[in-house]
Amino acid sequence: MIAQPGTVVWFARHEARLAWRDWLAMMAGGNRRRLRRIVIVIALFVVFMHFVAYWTVGRYADAAPDKVMLIAITASILLAALLMLSQAMESMTRAFYSRADLDLILASPAAAEKIFAVRIVTVALSMAMMALPLAAPFIDVLIALGGWRWLGAYGLIAAMGAAATALAIALTVALFRLIGPKRTRLVAQVVAAVIGAAFVIGLQVAAILSYGTLSRVSVLQSDTVLALAPDPGSLFWSPARAALGGGTALLGVLGVSFALLAAAIVLVAPRFGEYAVTAAGAGAATVSQAPQAAFRPTSRQRVLRRKEWTLLRRDPWLMSQTLMQMLYLIPPAVLLWRSFDNGHAGYRSGYQLLVPILVMAAGQLAGGLAWLAISGEDAPDLVASAPVPARFIVRAKIEAVLGVLAVVFAPLLAVLAYAAPWDALVTVLGIVVAATAATSIQLWFRTQAKRSQFRRRQVSSRVATFAEAFSSIGWAATAAVAAASVWLAIAPGLLAFLVVAGAWFMSPRAQHA
Amino acid sequence: MQHFSPPALALEIHGLVKRFDRPAVDGLDLNVRVGEFYALLGPNGAGKTTTLRMIAGLLRPDAGTIGVLGIDALADPVAAKRVTAWISDEPMIYDKLTPREYLEFVAGLWDVAPALAEPRANALLGWLELTPHANERCEGFSKGMRQKVALAGALIHEPQLIILDEPLTGLDAGSARQVKSVLRERVRAGGTIIMTTHILEVAERMADRIGVIAHGRLIAEGTLEELRLKAGMNAGASDNASLEDTFLALVAEQPQAA
Repeated sequence: MIAQPGTVVWFARHEARLAWRDWLAMMAGGNRRRLRRIVIVIALFVVFMHFVAYWTVGRYADAAPDKVMLIAITASILLAALLMLSQAMESMTRAFYSRADLDLILASPAAAEKIFAVRIVTVALSMAMMALPLAAPFIDVLIALGGWRWLGAYGLIAAMGAAATALAIALTVALFRLIGPKRTRLVAQVVAAVIGAAFVIGLQVAAILSYGTLSRVSVLQSDTVLALAPDPGSLFWSPARAALGGGTALLGVLGVSFALLAAAIVLVAPRFGEYAVTAAGAGAATVSQAPQAAFRPTSRQRVLRRKEWTLLRRDPWLMSQTLMQMLYLIPPAVLLWRSFDNGHAGYRSGYQLLVPILVMAAGQLAGGLAWLAISGEDAPDLVASAPVPARFIVRAKIEAVLGVLAVVFAPLLAVLAYAAPWDALVTVLGIVVAATAATSIQLWFRTQAKRSQFRRRQVSSRVATFAEAFSSIGWAATAAVAAASVWLAIAPGLLAFLVVAGAWFMSPRAQHA
Repeated sequence: MQHFSPPALALEIHGLVKRFDRPAVDGLDLNVRVGEFYALLGPNGAGKTTTLRMIAGLLRPDAGTIGVLGIDALADPVAAKRVTAWISDEPMIYDKLTPREYLEFVAGLWDVAPALAEPRANALLGWLELTPHANERCEGFSKGMRQKVALAGALIHEPQLIILDEPLTGLDAGSARQVKSVLRERVRAGGTIIMTTHILEVAERMADRIGVIAHGRLIAEGTLEELRLKAGMNAGASDNASLEDTFLALVAEQPQAA
């Protein structure tokens, strides 16, 4: 059946087709054979996750919900909701600021609020879909072992998607009105990044301040939290009870969430176009003046490095995209500061916890920066047509990446070197190796793209994305083990090396070599 | 290493071949004299941009030779790039840099001493009427302003061979006139320009010689009169036919690519 043009159903069909093709392109890049492989990998992942779920939550399927359980479930829901809110804010900001088909929609005689309403619902659906791959195996296992009551958890995910989207709209529109469209783009993305990391980091910082460890569980199971938590009969536990299959609680949570989403649609959809047009106008009207400085004598490598640093410094969007990785450095910094505050004795294990965190963060940050420097070149022809050998250009760009890493990690490493020299040495070596591996992977899989495509960099090569992530994890594990025993670190080090070697063999560079 | 004639020729191409899924450039021979304004015309997909990208050192040919002012551009690309500038229809600039910073960056890449580069940058910015915007970031610039910034960048090292791929696409009349005036000035100062364009009026008015390329080969070359004569002899175009008529007549003679 073909829907009447201009109706909500017709727009929904149009949006669904675009979303499906976008997903296919993202997953397979138009390659059918690759799509088949991806489907197999996803199927294997789903099976594997069901086993993981069985081991971790299987024993709780029939457990009676006490206060400790309610706290644990509520904390998990809060974590997932914050991540959804962060993603929804990202999506709404993108919807406001990307022109895409806006001119076409607004120039047409169709009722624009209908398509904007559909787009808001699409964001809510995508938030729920995003949570499903991770949550579904756990829910399935609980349903299989504990009965149909656990089906309510799926309802809770739908409610969370709706509520997170409604809240994201409210936050974005509030920012728009408070600080104007020009600043909202950056601030909304920074807020999204902070919200995404806030819960985990907050718990870690609280744990460090209270107990001197990075463990999140220690806070959630502490007597203080148990004492402060409301009684088990309180409405506060409604989301947790909904997840546990409480019919009334589920109906309540669903009702409130969908009412919030409906209110957001009714209030914002008619003005969505106006916001988007204002946002587009704000970008065009931007005039940023730089102070006039005299030309400075310098080498060609320095010229290239300076260019990379200037572009990075001046691009708040890219800064916010890398902010997530930097936020995770806050707990280690707090741990260091706290350890220093309390003297050195007894905190050796705390320092060892820092080693993999710092190495992992460096690997991830280096991967992002390397993509920007190596693949995200806005004037590739200009640089390629310059009388500079290609290897000089690559070297200068790698130096630019390492320079940023040095600025970010040097202060932490300096403090660590003073407190625990061996751990600091291992961390430095781990950072150098992880950053070199991530940069090399970006070099082997380099493509030609605009810096503005940074968000979609993972799409260009799944192999590179996974290799970069596994390499960082591998080197972080190696460094963590090496901090305790160098000999034991050989095995994880070898695995990490194999990941990097595997990436080289699968890279286009190796195939053309 | 291939030996090229002393630089009476700014550009000397022999048997240039580049294949993608089909031949894009197929045994092209082309000579451009020093101080000449040469326009390269051809229908879409004829191989014009591929040819220019190989001359600029952005693509490696499958076969053939390229000489730039007596330098073997394939054996010593860095030396050839030193005397060359490349401008494409999409301005290659950085949104987050100002025109002055961009020119400083380009001057640095071409190793131009700051004492030389700065006055040149000021002169170019003035010439292209960019001085009031010299310290504004390029992100808010129109296509015309961006193209002028890119042109200033291309001229900062005073190149002897300027390669332009559709430099006037999307420019308003005022910006197009400024760009044309700057290019004419470069030729008067002894520079050589090779340019592709779809605006045949520009080729007709500005070029000393015109080459017509189809299916990766040069099918005709000469002044407008010479081309008119060739088209007239072969396809019946009249003596006072416009370049557009002449071009269409020449291209129509070519068999379709397989």
